[in-house]
Amino acid sequence: MIGVAFRRLLSAIPVLLIVSLISFGLMRLIPGDPAAAIAGVSATPAQIEQLRRDLGLDEPIYLQLIDYYRGLAQGDLGRSLLLGTGVFAATMERLPVTIGLSLYAMVFTLLIGIASGIIAALRQNTWIDQAAMMFAMIGISVPNFFLGLLMIILFAVHLGWLPSGGYVPFSDDPVGWLRSLAMPAFSLALLQAGLLARITRSSMLEVLRQDYIRTARAKGLSQRKVVLKHALSNALIPIVTVVGIIVSLLLSGAVVTEALFSIPGMGQLLTQAVLNRDYPMVQGGLLLVTTFLVMVNITVDVLYAVLDPRVRYE
Amino acid sequence: MSEAVLDAEAIAHKREHPARAAVRRLLHHKLFMTGLLLFGVVAGIGIAAPWITDIDPQRLSMRNKFLPPDENWVFGTDNFGRSLWSRVVWGAQLSMIIGASVVALNAVFGTLIGAAAGYFRRLDNALMRVNDALMAFPAILLAIAVTSVLGPSTLNVILALSIVYIPRTARIVRSSVIVLREMEYVQAAVAAGAGHWRILRHHILPNAMAPMIVQLSFLFAYAVLSEATLSFLGVGAVPPTPTWGNIMAEGRDFLREAPWIITIPGVMLMITVMGLNLLGDGLRDVLDPRLRIQQ
Repeated sequence: MIGVAFRRLLSAIPVLLIVSLISFGLMRLIPGDPAAAIAGVSATPAQIEQLRRDLGLDEPIYLQLIDYYRGLAQGDLGRSLLLGTGVFAATMERLPVTIGLSLYAMVFTLLIGIASGIIAALRQNTWIDQAAMMFAMIGISVPNFFLGLLMIILFAVHLGWLPSGGYVPFSDDPVGWLRSLAMPAFSLALLQAGLLARITRSSMLEVLRQDYIRTARAKGLSQRKVVLKHALSNALIPIVTVVGIIVSLLLSGAVVTEALFSIPGMGQLLTQAVLNRDYPMVQGGLLLVTTFLVMVNITVDVLYAVLDPRVRYE
Repeated sequence: MSEAVLDAEAIAHKREHPARAAVRRLLHHKLFMTGLLLFGVVAGIGIAAPWITDIDPQRLSMRNKFLPPDENWVFGTDNFGRSLWSRVVWGAQLSMIIGASVVALNAVFGTLIGAAAGYFRRLDNALMRVNDALMAFPAILLAIAVTSVLGPSTLNVILALSIVYIPRTARIVRSSVIVLREMEYVQAAVAAGAGHWRILRHHILPNAMAPMIVQLSFLFAYAVLSEATLSFLGVGAVPPTPTWGNIMAEGRDFLREAPWIITIPGVMLMITVMGLNLLGDGLRDVLDPRLRIQQ
């Protein structure tokens, strides 16, 4: 297991190096004069000059790159032009909100996805199976912001059961947090739930065909025991591998969900940064979120090796 | 069906050209045909846009704002009294153009990069590390960052989405090429003195097409969906360009008075994505049976 973790960490180094280079390159790829573009149309030449010096864009590119990596090594990702605070601090303030939302959505994803996948597999080729797969198809086809809008119309505008937006921190009021994020988390989860339902179903069907399941049935175990103890634990192994993909999809989806429901998370921070040409925030935030995602994927791979000993010897 | 009939069918198929056999099987695939129908309707509306709309999608008419759908205004009007039918139909055209462009760029560059990485081992490591890095970014975040750098416009949305998705296509092509390169018939071609270009073009790439075609149909769906997301967030094509995402972003403030403004483009978007997903599932069942989801 330690071997797997070590190898995965090593292989992440070149990826993160290139990710950081791409983030570094972004601001410098702005066509024309980046400083003028960032300062905006109303800026005076003096202001543009000032900004160019502040961002270090007046230095030769290799010095900029050295400065950039020196900053990274010290945890200094620059200063947000819009907020005036450090990029790292701003991210650390907002990222937990997005992680909370993603975890909440993950609960919906796992509950709906795995349950409907198992039921569909056990009732293969019946109307229940077809209904579950139809549901999964709708789940992967309905855009999360459209689902969110429909839920706002129904649950906030017409029924008045849930707030149409806004965010209550968990530490202030856990119930308020659950309520404020119920619609965002559900609308964010449905796509992944649909994907997971399809994967669970086919993984479950694969396992149910194995000899050891027949043996378990033959020795007289109840259906419940066969499914929950013998089939499910093996069917879930391939599902672990898609957790990384699901987290990536959740973080991507959270961007638009946060904008829709006015949730002050990472997605909203970055969208605001983009709309206000706050490039230090964009490049730093992008780098931090991606690093976080790479770490999640490493954890998932290690977890996979723990769950499935066969992987360790590959 | 008896075994004798199956055998007779199998023999009949043997003589058939593989492409013809695939088309015939697709025509009998119910879900594929449903997907083709759904997608065909949207694509047809998009292509026919100049002939089926008579009102400029950008023409304002404050007298007619917030009219619900009726016989005069098929889809109603929005907060500026613009015809939602015109806007949604032209939005369909833009979605199709963006989807098709992203798919075309992916087909070309995904194949080039994937084939180069899979065939020339020396290039593999460098190309795939850059590929991995680009795939490590959350898709929408990278697309937003790239459009913000290039500036919001339809062309830049196409470029941004291509940058996001080409690495994914390249990876799929690469994995087929790696397998095919070791096949005996390819080794035989090498032994017969065929050049790299000839081997790739005649022996490897035609056989690597199936998984890529499947990928491209799903990609079309992602591209349409991502474009709508970018315009909904305000970083896609500039308003008042009629894209589905723009229409929905504007309708967001009038959920109570005029829910049709967001519902109609939303349903169109959903029909498009579902059509393409069904189409992709069908193509995968027929062209790439290894990946088949069990029936």
